[in-house]
Amino acid sequence: MIIINGTNDNFQKEVLESELPVLVDFNATWCPPCQALHPILEEIANEGGDFKIVAVDIDDEEELAEKFNISSIPCLILFNDGVEVDRKIGLQPKKRLQKMLGVK
Amino acid sequence: MYDIAIVGAGPAGLTAGIYAVRANKKVIVFEALTAGGQIINTSHIDNYPVAPHITGLEFGQTLEKQAKDLDVEIEYSEVTHIVKENNRFMIRTEDETYFSRAVIIASGTSPRKLGLENEDVFVGKGISYCATCDGAFYKGKTVAVNGGGNSALHEALYLSDIAAKVYLIHRRNEFRASDNLVDKVKAKDNIELVLESSIIELLGDGHLQGIKTDTGREIELDGLFVSIGRTPNTKNLIDGLELVEGDYAKANEDCHTNIPGVFVAGDVRSKELRQLVTATSDGAIAATEAVNYLKEVQ
Repeated sequence: MIIINGTNDNFQKEVLESELPVLVDFNATWCPPCQALHPILEEIANEGGDFKIVAVDIDDEEELAEKFNISSIPCLILFNDGVEVDRKIGLQPKKRLQKMLGVK
Repeated sequence: MYDIAIVGAGPAGLTAGIYAVRANKKVIVFEALTAGGQIINTSHIDNYPVAPHITGLEFGQTLEKQAKDLDVEIEYSEVTHIVKENNRFMIRTEDETYFSRAVIIASGTSPRKLGLENEDVFVGKGISYCATCDGAFYKGKTVAVNGGGNSALHEALYLSDIAAKVYLIHRRNEFRASDNLVDKVKAKDNIELVLESSIIELLGDGHLQGIKTDTGREIELDGLFVSIGRTPNTKNLIDGLELVEGDYAKANEDCHTNIPGVFVAGDVRSKELRQLVTATSDGAIAATEAVNYLKEVQ
C-alpha cells in the first residue's frame, strides 16, 4: 500500500469519509523524528492491512495542522469513521503503531 | 538463545553490536524508538572524525545500515525488564521474552520532566521537550524556556527568532551555560529572564495557557519548552544494578557493572564526557568485555 499525500483538498474523502481506519501522520521536512518515523510507516504500509496511512506536511497544509491543533510533531492521529480515536505524539516504535492499527 | 543482548540502538549499542558480530557472537539489539537514538535530533555534527557536517539523522541511519549489513539483528521493541537467572538473562519486551548469556545496556537518556501533576496532559498541547522540533508552531507567540544550561540557552536563542517573546525561567540567579551564550541571551530584546524561580503549576484548560512560579508570579504563555537536563534510562531495567547519583549506571572505562555479565555503554554510563565519540568507544569496549566474559563462563 502507498502512503497517501494528505491535503486540504483530499482530506475529507481520504480520511473523514474513509471506510477503513486511517492513520494520519502530521510531519515536516525539517523535523528529524518525523524523517525517522517515515520509513517505519512505509514498512507498515508495505506489510498491508485493513487501514490506510495518510501523511500531511504541516508546512504545505497549514489549515489542516491548525484544524487539528497540531503543536508538536510527529503527531499521529487515528481516525475511525471520520472521528479521532487515538493520538500519539513523538516517535513511536513499530509495534506500538501496529497495535494502534490492530495489526499483529 | 543469544550470546549478547544489547538494549538501545544508538551509537553505543550499534557499535557494540558491530563489534560483537565481528567476534562471531549471536547478537540482538533492542530499540524502543529509532536507530540512532538522541543524535537524530542534532541538525549537524561537526566533531566526529571523518564525517564532517553529517546530519544526526544521516549518522543514525548510516550506522543502522552498517550494522544490518553485518547481520546485527535489530528488534524494534521496548525492553521492559531484564532478569538474571544463574548465568542467563531473560529480556522481556512488551510482547515477548528473549534469552541471552550477556547484556549490554546502551539505553541512553531521556529529557527530564518537570514532575508536575498535569504535565503529561499538556505534552503536545503547549509543553515540548524539543525546541527545534516544535518551535515553528510558536511563530509570533509567547513562550518560555525552563532551564539554565547550554541546551536551555540555545533553545531560548533559537526560539527568540521565531516567537514574539521568550521567558527564560531558571531556579538560580546565574546560569551554568557558557558566558558566551549568556551574553547572547542578555543581548536579545525579546528574552526576559525570570531567575530564582521554579515552575510549580501549569495553567490552562485543554491547551497550556500559563504557568505559576514559586515566587507567586503568573505568566501567560502559549508554549513551554522544558530543558532541565536529561535522565538516564535505567529505571526498573534490571534488579540490583548499581547506580550513581542521577541514576547513571556505575561503571569505569571498562564498562563493567556490578552484575557479572552486564555491561554498560554510552550516555547511560557514569562518566565525564557524553559525546558521540565516547559512546562509540564505549560500545567497542563493552562488546569486547562481553566477549571475554562469555569465554570465561563457558
